[in-house]
Amino acid sequence: MVLPFAQNDNTIMYINYESIIGLEIHVELKTKSKMFCGCYADWFGKSPNSNTCPVCLGLPGALPVTNKKAVEWCVLLGIALNCEIPEFSKFDRKNYFYPDLAKGYQISQYDKPFAINGSLEINTNQLINQSTNKPINATMKQLNNETMKKKIRIRRVHLEEDTGKLLHDVVGGKRVSLIDFNRSGVPLVEIVTEPDIRSSEEARIFLKKLYQIIRCIGISDADMEKGSLRIEPNISVRETSLRASVKQSLSAQTDIKIATSPSAPRNDTNDLPSYKVEVKNINSFSFTRKAIDFEIARHIDLLNHGETPIQETRGWDEKKGITYSQRSKEEAHDYRYFPEPDIPPIRWAESQISNFKLQIPELPNVKLARFMKDYQLSEYDAIILTDEKETAEYFEKTISLKDTPGVAGVQGFPGGGEIGIIPKTIANWIINKKADINKVSPEKLLKLIADQTQRSIIPDDELEKVIKKILLENPRAMADYKSGKENVLMFLLGQVMRGVKGKSNAEDIKQKLKLLLNLYPDV
Amino acid sequence: MQFLKNNMLADKSISEIARAFRDKEFSSEDLVKECLANIEKYNPQINAFITKIDKDIVLSEARQKDRQGFAGKSLLFGIPYVLKDSYVTRGIMTTAASNVLKNYLPQYDATVYCKLKETGAILLGKMNMDAWGHGGSSENTDFSPVHNPWDLTRVAGGSSGGPAAAIAARMCLFAIGEDTGGSIRNPAAWCNITGLKVSYGRVSRYGCIAYASSFDTVGPMAKSAEDCAIILETIAGHDMYDGTSSKNEVPRYSQKLATPIKNVTVGMPEEFFQKGLDREIKKAIETAVEKLQKLGVKSKVISLPMIEYGIPVYYLIGPSETSSNLARYDGIRYGETRSNFTGETMRRIMIGTYALSAGYYDAYYKKAQKARTLFIREYEKALNECDVILMPVNPTPPTKIGELINDPVQNLLADIYTVSQNPVGVPSLAIPCGFTKSGLPIGMQLVGKMFAEEKLLQVGYAYQQMNSWHNQKPKLTP
Repeated sequence: MVLPFAQNDNTIMYINYESIIGLEIHVELKTKSKMFCGCYADWFGKSPNSNTCPVCLGLPGALPVTNKKAVEWCVLLGIALNCEIPEFSKFDRKNYFYPDLAKGYQISQYDKPFAINGSLEINTNQLINQSTNKPINATMKQLNNETMKKKIRIRRVHLEEDTGKLLHDVVGGKRVSLIDFNRSGVPLVEIVTEPDIRSSEEARIFLKKLYQIIRCIGISDADMEKGSLRIEPNISVRETSLRASVKQSLSAQTDIKIATSPSAPRNDTNDLPSYKVEVKNINSFSFTRKAIDFEIARHIDLLNHGETPIQETRGWDEKKGITYSQRSKEEAHDYRYFPEPDIPPIRWAESQISNFKLQIPELPNVKLARFMKDYQLSEYDAIILTDEKETAEYFEKTISLKDTPGVAGVQGFPGGGEIGIIPKTIANWIINKKADINKVSPEKLLKLIADQTQRSIIPDDELEKVIKKILLENPRAMADYKSGKENVLMFLLGQVMRGVKGKSNAEDIKQKLKLLLNLYPDV
Repeated sequence: MQFLKNNMLADKSISEIARAFRDKEFSSEDLVKECLANIEKYNPQINAFITKIDKDIVLSEARQKDRQGFAGKSLLFGIPYVLKDSYVTRGIMTTAASNVLKNYLPQYDATVYCKLKETGAILLGKMNMDAWGHGGSSENTDFSPVHNPWDLTRVAGGSSGGPAAAIAARMCLFAIGEDTGGSIRNPAAWCNITGLKVSYGRVSRYGCIAYASSFDTVGPMAKSAEDCAIILETIAGHDMYDGTSSKNEVPRYSQKLATPIKNVTVGMPEEFFQKGLDREIKKAIETAVEKLQKLGVKSKVISLPMIEYGIPVYYLIGPSETSSNLARYDGIRYGETRSNFTGETMRRIMIGTYALSAGYYDAYYKKAQKARTLFIREYEKALNECDVILMPVNPTPPTKIGELINDPVQNLLADIYTVSQNPVGVPSLAIPCGFTKSGLPIGMQLVGKMFAEEKLLQVGYAYQQMNSWHNQKPKLTP
């Protein structure tokens, strides 16, 4: 962003600011039992302290025993995020005092996490409609272009245990703090990115993609309302290297545009600001976005006043939509990490790691590429279909049934590929929500499509030929359309309908007509 | 020195008692009654107990065992024993000898307690110790020091002083101690009993209130190597509740005790027989080696040059871990505030906290861990040159009460021979090997390879077959 900065000597300083964002994400795993004991990991909604044992209460003498599944899932996530899986790994104790921390330390991982040095590629120009959460503005032109890809590096993925929960309440007229240890010891994966994110929007896109991957490999519900996915953005703002100082001619405001090109955003992270602000425990993507934007604006304001924001931890007030200071650098913890002596270190054999790799299901980006290739879908369609695991599965189930004789269940409709329910048609039905996939089975959907497209049995290219022919025969109608008389479309539609002898449907013809009309030059 | 007659039931070995039970020579109730009487008579002077289980409960348990009969039962069936107060016992007060846990009633049982309960042994009480295991004299306790049955003006050793004193005074047949840097061996040697520090991971630590988690070991204390073998085969083995417990098979230790030990090579580390070792102790150990040679044992001088770093390594890693392990006693959930920690415990917490702090970690904790790796290699090398390393347990005979607790540095040095085995993990058997002229017990320890308890017990057994030091008991008057 560029902000004019008035100097008293008739010049305006244009300082280009760039935000530097890294994310820490905590994900509660949906293993059956907790990280180090046999209590249920699914703690949500249980009556306080009913889901506890000596281990997760940290009672004297109790010892942790590692949940193998949780370790495997952490490694799986690491692999899905293109991480290296070090052969040697271990748990460490992170020592700090808090009443919800049963043992006075958290079992976590310090210098030997399960996964390191990964990356996740995001599409940065993917514009999202905030209300529907779906891509928008996907014009033909845009879809023909490659979307812009950006790699966000993953520093580490490690495993730790969740803490208990404090409740502040009034009991018998007295204000008291209560501790519920039901959540204590639930397996928690922490994902830490490098500070490669440059905007709140990039952060949101990254999180969305990460969320998809987590759901895809099935290790967590990542249900943010239950707090099973929590986000901590680290934010700082720096001036970009070149400072543009432009002589301002008193009248010519046009000079300002020079300032917009002083420096390209840098990819290096060598030159990070001397501070960073961490915002704790945000539980939604949109709050993350708001908190980041709030912080960026706050930092820029401070920087504009010649101040450096202080390094601190801040909280997010979702009601007011602001962040507030919690703890400054001076109060920062010394966690006194050391290797957890109660848990033997983990050494992987190469074969174990290659086995893990085999367990990874098809990830969203791989699925997206495959959908585009195998089903001849546009990126736009493929993105929507692969956005939710359930939608993708529904689509593929429908595809798999479409050539099964009899499934479409229409008399005289063989269901065979030769009359062509093409994947694109199925995709359209799902994307345009012509049928509710939660209510309509794939078989039923095929039947619906078949019913409606029964007449639409001439192939696409045939239809196109007819339309082109009609258009060439009716230059006048075409010109009228171009000049804005849209009702000639109905005339043309009628012509085409006659041309194909009713072997197509009006909706398809209308769409194709519009498309082809746009291809012809304006008269 | 004149010895007392072994005229009590509790003077007998566990296998002798089990045979007598079976042959109905006397009952479990008779034995328990005798122990209870000894507790009543001698505990007021010795102060070995923190918690005594109610007499009626204990006696009815014994009668129940007698009714059930002994055929097909474990040798420990109906045998009275005690636990160091570092083991949690459901519904029975457990304090680790600290006021921080004053009146604490655990909600679950330690694995070792479960195993002994299952086997039919009868728990008589929870024993005095140095609080949290912090000490080598059982003076660092909030329940008054333990007095040595051999000289009531002296300490019993520690930290498992209560269990050792109780066995010496025939208040029970055996005990479960806990050894982090000598806590079983040191009081065993000073009270003239036999104690085994097991290989790390041999016995489950679940339910043992942690001192230093990577050093802590759960082991038997009894009159003889034979008794220790019987107890160990009961309590050893993998535990799904302790991730550091070993899956190695548990040998039938007691079945192979009589394996001849000729051709066993005993190594004597030259560093341990030099300055600082009491003359009488040195003499007693040399005599013991001569005795072993008569059984065909070969002896050789070996070297453990790193060992002088044993104290600093132990007193960096141990306090580091304890500073973390004791963090949970924050005054919120156990009723008593942290001001109840003793000076010695606070000192260890502070040392550990410093050693782990940013800026000190590399110089202290990390360096100590590196030295630990060197210890491991050094012991490996030494134990390739010999089968068993023989060395003293304590540099001096038991000290006067007040001597060590008031001199923190001297207190640390009392552990000099026993602290280096825990960082390495190797087992060590402490056995009686004589007395000073003034009648104070002397012990020696046999150190073996990881999981070589069998070998240690064989050598100890062979030695005890031709010596009666371990059968001697103190003269006590009510």
